[in-house]
Amino acid sequence: MAKLIEMRVTWGETMLELTKTHPNIMILDGDLGNSTMAQIVAYNAPDFYMNMGIAEQNMMGVAAGMASVGLIPWLSSFACFLANRDLDQLRVTVTQPKLNVKLAGHYSGILTGKTGKTHIDVGDIAILRALPHMTVVAPADSVECRQAVLALTDMPGPAYLRITRDAGPVIFGEDYRFAIGSVVPVREGKDLTIFGTGVQTTRAMEACDLLASEGISAHLVHVPTLKPIDVEGLVAAARKTGRVLTTEDHNIIGGLGGAVAEVLGQHHPVRMKIHGLQDCYGESGPNDAMLEKYGLTPKHIAAAAKALLNKAR
Amino acid sequence: MPIDPALKRDLQAKAVQVRKLILQAVHTAGAGHVGGPLSMVEIAVAMYFKILRIDPKNPQWPDRDRYVLSKGHSCIALYATLALRGFFPVEEVFTYDAMNSRMQGHPDMTKTPGIDMSSGSLGTGASPPLGMALAAKRLGKDFHTWVHLGDGEIQEGQVWEMAFVASQYQVDNLTAIVDYNRVQQFGFPKDGNVRRRVNPLVQVPEKWRAFGWHVIECDGHDFDSLIPACEEAKTIKGRPTCIVAHTIKGKGVSFMEGDYNWHAKVPSPEELAKAFAELEAAQAG
Repeated sequence: MAKLIEMRVTWGETMLELTKTHPNIMILDGDLGNSTMAQIVAYNAPDFYMNMGIAEQNMMGVAAGMASVGLIPWLSSFACFLANRDLDQLRVTVTQPKLNVKLAGHYSGILTGKTGKTHIDVGDIAILRALPHMTVVAPADSVECRQAVLALTDMPGPAYLRITRDAGPVIFGEDYRFAIGSVVPVREGKDLTIFGTGVQTTRAMEACDLLASEGISAHLVHVPTLKPIDVEGLVAAARKTGRVLTTEDHNIIGGLGGAVAEVLGQHHPVRMKIHGLQDCYGESGPNDAMLEKYGLTPKHIAAAAKALLNKAR
Repeated sequence: MPIDPALKRDLQAKAVQVRKLILQAVHTAGAGHVGGPLSMVEIAVAMYFKILRIDPKNPQWPDRDRYVLSKGHSCIALYATLALRGFFPVEEVFTYDAMNSRMQGHPDMTKTPGIDMSSGSLGTGASPPLGMALAAKRLGKDFHTWVHLGDGEIQEGQVWEMAFVASQYQVDNLTAIVDYNRVQQFGFPKDGNVRRRVNPLVQVPEKWRAFGWHVIECDGHDFDSLIPACEEAKTIKGRPTCIVAHTIKGKGVSFMEGDYNWHAKVPSPEELAKAFAELEAAQAG
């Protein structure tokens, strides 16, 4: 059984670690520090933390101003707010001038601790990757999350890190090396290629086991960087099997599936299926029940894979 | 206290030059804003020819004072002022709104020397200056940050988010200037008259005071009133300052003053000639 770690704790601990090596780091919090674990910095390195109050539009603009003077602001809030409430501020004062502002989008996807549809953003990847100059990363586990925080901090320009709330399995070893813009082969196979992003990749791993038990060999590739997308990596993985399934804890419009379809449609058209949230909003409920109802379990991924294979015959 | 008369004459002459450049540039472009730019001329001239610590030859100087024009649609007034101050050639002002020009329709910090922040979606320019002021404190820098807001613009909620946070952190190296001309793009009917339209926002100084700011009111077209207000703002400790500058939209051209229709209207050749004649007569008088 894999070790379970909360990505938000990893994020908070990595931010604290960065305050020791990066004197220009500043965490701006939308008054959610005890949810997002920005409190780890607030308690242990208070000079590197500022609560901006329940005022995300101002927080985004403050970050732009700080970045223009040489600080490296990391905004900490829920994904639903960062991708929506302050979107115009992000567009005009951060992404247009390419300022060095980092967004930690916590409580992403449908597993938001029973908060319900207001706090579930099914479209953050679609919204943020449509902004020119933006980098969008969705790590699968704690190991990758830590490395992504370090990489995005040292990369000039605006970036969004999509963080899942609750503990998830650690799938990468200490030898794992995250690189912005590169896909990560997870499992070799020959019948179809599965692309996953974020924590959904860990469920896709379980789906591969289910498929293997039925004699289906799936080639699994993790796509941590939604933008800039790894065109060569996607094409190479699609070419291996000629059939592609994407799976994500996000709407089926504009997310990983959209990004992959944009690439393969232009560079290597193959039969493809997009698995994820069926263009709907969420609700409040326990994680297992939410994944079941909204069709994101390994069983659902395996069923989508089989549907793709049947259609392809 | 009145400022040095020679300085005042010099600034007034600059203001006339800026007004002419605004009108000529909008006329040449066949597009752009007029009323708001004319409203802010003295404020921009006071900033760039007296108040700000800047170096036109080194627009990215890290220790420069920052000035953010949040009411970005009025940027032609800023371009004219920056050109006269030596940031770029005056002729370049006439490329306003042209393809590939550095004189964009709204301020673009990636294109124009001297522009400290991109702005133009109203309200969004209010917060970056707070970030600059907080960063200055964090980095131990002594520059002052100014944010120039329109009075129509302060209908945006983001401005008041900024006002709360700036006050909470006692940011005294930040000054807001509200260009209080009481007219916006279309506005609301005045006394039931649907053709006479104004910005009905009331108690503007009281609003800033209630948010914990030090407030100074001044005449935004009189350098004897405006410059002492700016000097006072820099001395206030422990809280941010808001200068409510009473101004006139379209100031300096009789047929434009106070008329919302001149928010963004291109003067005809006849109107341009008449405006120039008025500005020259006022200067001579």
